[in-house]
Amino acid sequence: MAAIYSLYIINKSGGLIFYKDYGSKGRMDTNDSLRVASLWHSMHAISQQLSPINGCSGIELLEADTFDLHCFQSLTGTKFFVVCETGTQHMEALLKVIYELYTDYVLKNPFYEMEMPIRCELFDINLTQVVQKDRVALLGR
Amino acid sequence: MIGTGKIKQYANVLDKPLGKGKQEVSLSAFAFLFSELVQYNQTQVDNISELETRLEDAGYAVGARVLELLCHRDKGNRRETRLLGILSFVHSTVWKVLFGKVADSLEKGTEHEDEYMISEKELLVNRFISIPKDMGTFHCGAFVAGIVKGVLENAGFPAVVTAHFVPVEGQQRPRTTILIKFAEEVLRREARLG
Repeated sequence: MAAIYSLYIINKSGGLIFYKDYGSKGRMDTNDSLRVASLWHSMHAISQQLSPINGCSGIELLEADTFDLHCFQSLTGTKFFVVCETGTQHMEALLKVIYELYTDYVLKNPFYEMEMPIRCELFDINLTQVVQKDRVALLGR
Repeated sequence: MIGTGKIKQYANVLDKPLGKGKQEVSLSAFAFLFSELVQYNQTQVDNISELETRLEDAGYAVGARVLELLCHRDKGNRRETRLLGILSFVHSTVWKVLFGKVADSLEKGTEHEDEYMISEKELLVNRFISIPKDMGTFHCGAFVAGIVKGVLENAGFPAVVTAHFVPVEGQQRPRTTILIKFAEEVLRREARLG
């Protein structure tokens, strides 16, 4: 039922700062999630070089057999990507909303150190609400 | 009415009328500024109570100035002499000007005669702040407690003001209570005034 399988946030150097897992399949332990994050960071950077067109901003969508991966890179180099069911709609909008939550509840928190793992209660609470709302809306569509 | 022609130039900046000013300030701008204030003070202190004291002192300065401004602008230079008067001034006028809404509630303490509480579901300054677990009872609302202290003390009602989290069942986030404990002399004067 869960359309989203997992959410990753990586900082500009490729380190994983936030990982949340929503599906029951493919649950990963900490080390694996760190590896996947740095793998994606490298692939994203390589794709910018491989592109035949100048000014490419990197991979935005990866479609595979069993999942889709949508990626959003902010102007500062922080990447938000979500692994979801094939064919899930409106993931870009969701990623933008999550970016807004990040700027609000993480960046305005005086106890958060830049580029460090995110440990903000308010961010978690609001993120759960947004994903829940999105899930309900998806069922309705 | 201010004429449509040239704006009157004032020779002395002190003669310029005290306008209402822009009513709205960007919440994000304030949140970032406040976050920087907390971070800066964190580097200067060794422990949490010192950090709270520093925030309170910062708020005190704001409170003193806010009292002067509001007395002139909103109250026509009248001075509050009664306890309930000054408390409702803080609870409605000060809160409205600073945070855009009146405080959620004003209560008298049940255990002690000299305690009053202003409570709020969530202080504006705390909107985006999540306190890490290892900070214990630290409350960024110490800044607001300082503002209240500044207003009360400069109005002639010395008090000790602190901010506390009060857990509420059924809600994930605790409420905030600003606890005001008035000094002896205030209560004696209040009793004398009848």
